[in-house]
Amino acid sequence: MSANKNGHATEKARRTPPEFVELRIRRRENPDAPARWEEFRIPYRPNLNIISCLMEIRKNPVTKDGTRTTPPVWEMNCLEQVCGICTMVINGRARQSCSALVDQLEQPITLEPMSKFPNVRDLVVDRSEMFNHLKRVHAWIELDGSYDLGPGPRMSPDEVAERYAYSRCMTCGCCLEACPQYGDGNYIGPQAIAQVRLMNMHPSGKMTRDERLEGIMGKDGITNCGNAQNCVRACPMSIPLTKAIYEENRETIIHGLFGWLKR
Amino acid sequence: MKFAIVGGGLAGLAAAMKLAEAGHAVDLFSVVPVKRSHSVCAQGGINGAVNTKGEGDSPWKHFDDTVYGGDFLANQPPVKQMCEMAPSIIYLFDRMGVPFSRTNEGLLDFRRFGGTLHHRTAFAGASTGQQLLYALDEQVRRHETAGKVRKYEHWEMMSLILDDHGVCRGLIAMERATLELKAFPADAVIIATGGPGLIFGKSTNSMVCTGSAVSACYQQGARYANGEFIQVHPTSIPGEDKLRLMSESARGEGGRVWVPKQQGDKRGPSAIPEKERWYFLEEKYPAYGNLVPRDIATREIFQVCLDGYGIGGENQVYLDLTHIPAETLDRKLGAILEIYEMFVGDDPRHVPMRIFPGVHYSMGGLWVDFDQRTNIPGLLAAGECDYSIHGANRLGANSLVSCVFGGFVAAPAAIEYAKNLQRNGADGSRVYDQELKRQQEINERLLKQSGGENQYVIHEEMGKWMTDNVTVVRYNDRLKATDEKLLELLDRYQHISINDSNMWATHALPHARQLYNMLHLARVITLGALNRNESRGAHYKPDYPQRDDENFLKTTIAEFSGEGPVFSWESVDIGLIPPRKRDYSKGKEQKTEAAAAGAGGSALPPKEGAPQVPMQGDEQKPRDLTGAAVWGQDKEQVRDVDHGEAETRAQQDKSIADAGGKSDEL
Repeated sequence: MSANKNGHATEKARRTPPEFVELRIRRRENPDAPARWEEFRIPYRPNLNIISCLMEIRKNPVTKDGTRTTPPVWEMNCLEQVCGICTMVINGRARQSCSALVDQLEQPITLEPMSKFPNVRDLVVDRSEMFNHLKRVHAWIELDGSYDLGPGPRMSPDEVAERYAYSRCMTCGCCLEACPQYGDGNYIGPQAIAQVRLMNMHPSGKMTRDERLEGIMGKDGITNCGNAQNCVRACPMSIPLTKAIYEENRETIIHGLFGWLKR
Repeated sequence: MKFAIVGGGLAGLAAAMKLAEAGHAVDLFSVVPVKRSHSVCAQGGINGAVNTKGEGDSPWKHFDDTVYGGDFLANQPPVKQMCEMAPSIIYLFDRMGVPFSRTNEGLLDFRRFGGTLHHRTAFAGASTGQQLLYALDEQVRRHETAGKVRKYEHWEMMSLILDDHGVCRGLIAMERATLELKAFPADAVIIATGGPGLIFGKSTNSMVCTGSAVSACYQQGARYANGEFIQVHPTSIPGEDKLRLMSESARGEGGRVWVPKQQGDKRGPSAIPEKERWYFLEEKYPAYGNLVPRDIATREIFQVCLDGYGIGGENQVYLDLTHIPAETLDRKLGAILEIYEMFVGDDPRHVPMRIFPGVHYSMGGLWVDFDQRTNIPGLLAAGECDYSIHGANRLGANSLVSCVFGGFVAAPAAIEYAKNLQRNGADGSRVYDQELKRQQEINERLLKQSGGENQYVIHEEMGKWMTDNVTVVRYNDRLKATDEKLLELLDRYQHISINDSNMWATHALPHARQLYNMLHLARVITLGALNRNESRGAHYKPDYPQRDDENFLKTTIAEFSGEGPVFSWESVDIGLIPPRKRDYSKGKEQKTEAAAAGAGGSALPPKEGAPQVPMQGDEQKPRDLTGAAVWGQDKEQVRDVDHGEAETRAQQDKSIADAGGKSDEL
């Protein structure tokens, strides 16, 4: 996020502070109900984020034209862009609503649930598929046990820095929302592939590398990547997702060609 | 054997991993997917005296720092045990693949943190909590895949299931999308739900940190200890939705705290000339200036705002870095300045930051013995929701280690308990049905009731009163008024209308349930503070500015009754380190060394006759647990002291039932 851009946006907002914040929210009562739009208007205050707007609306849910409605439902937790739960599509882009500031957004601000996951209600989606993918690729170190066995393997600061970048993934789903290939079970997607990369780089993780590679080699596997490179642009944690896909693609090809020799 | 764990943060996942590894079935309940728990917010690091920096650090010194930092209110044996286990906890996370920052030799790196003179804090960039939580999340997912752990994510605990003997037999939880209530039998329940920051409205806590489940346990008979000890961090970023932490290092690098001299000055900061700015910390503390200890900085900022000098009359002061060259700031403080920029939209290199103290952590929590067992047989607690480790004040980077330690002690203690447990006979299902019905009735009543009160407005009022009166500076008259306000809010609560007519996946009903529980826990915090007429750690009363060991070196214990909390006091186990005055103006090192030398110069000077706890190596098998199926409370331990206005139940010579009885209200 560039300092100049931010500074500019706030400076502009400060010169001509709008009286209201206008929001259009895509509503759905339950998974079987049709979606509809509702418009809201709340008094402007400086430094509002989307969560604050939603809290204000929730307290007294009345639409812009004065009709009483139900409070929009959304998920939130840490509000520091580290838990990933409050992700939604804001003005057409998937991002965390806690770090989306009104002063930096065009009005009316549109809020929609992510489209690649089942819609539970209003802005809430069910992302359990992402966690299932983590199970499938065995995204963990095969620990002998959690008893005291002394320190782990040594690693250079550079290796750690590369792993650290992947380990910041908060399973928010922005990469999958942006990916043209992901959806309807077609493609496992960049988040799981990046976790394979994270685990397979670790000296202990390497020992069970093959089972992770097999997790991304099925019909919906890594070869379905269309190289649109949207994922790496959408990632709020700046994770090098395309690098992970490149590296793991190479690994799976080698494993596919020569893996049978090990059996 | 079957266990239930409530809460999927560090403590809950640590316990789940240990139980699953021992081959037992675990039901794991969490309001949010466990990977999204509040533990992810911890940034700084995790303490453990690994001593790789040639500084002669030791678990004993970590123990001493922790007890001293906590102003001697913590029972010392479990603190010592934690500090001894800490290095092995860090190594375990290292083996699990946490990308800890490293030295050029490839070893773990350690940084310094508050309250110690040693490099004792292992860290993974600026997101240590996130990395530790993910490592446990991965291990628990592995056990989940193997069928040993069953996760109930988006399920919220409503109450415990207690049998006729007051033994915990499981819990009632509610599915948040369907509002379905269900009974979950368990041989033992471990509560690991974290802190209660939401009671203060806005805090640095995540939105799930309501303390609701803990309050439900309290209302069913679990004792709540030291509730009045709430840590307030001096510099947080006030937001409309929450308070975000601004690291102390901003002041360490030269940041200056100021407010306009004129109350309610509406001018922007750059329009206020130097001579019209009040650098109140520098003025009041010429020697230390902006780097006075955390509690003093917190109190001063709070007082200035209470007196009406906050920016534009609001609860905000400036933390100004603009006099420092931008390139210096980027080099030394880059990451934290980005956080401010991201959430406030201002560039702190050119515009002073607006900050205010923020409620950060609860040292108090469910009372537990040295094996993390509450007074309710079959109910254990671990992590921020228990009171055991931090005394009157927590040191930075000790929270992550205490969470994991709590989980690692609670799991084997729960197994040992369940081994000796008498399982229910044929009438077993009755207690489950009864509690389920009670919870269904509460929900039905809430949905049916209508009135002019708004649940979110009541929450806001509670938060404002608690923040204004029960945080940094405490006066008895204001504490009394706050309790009266809480009673008024509890009364108004009976007239709320659930503000959602669509019950599918509604947040309104769960919030209403949480709100009721928060109000009761707020009374425990407020009245605990009222009773404690001294100043110790985070608890400060200008009318009683000194620590008073003679009368108050005691654990506050609250028990629920229909008429409100009933208080008693328990002595603190100070057998290992005798209390001494807290004084951070001098280096503590000389004193510690002197104490060690006095005891024979060894790194671990046990006092003669002091209770012994196992040394390193035993940490994965906590102490000999010969606990009976139903553990007894040592009532003798609970001593009553004369506390002026607050009359204890024992002084009134009343049983809990006579003092108001267990209320059937919720």
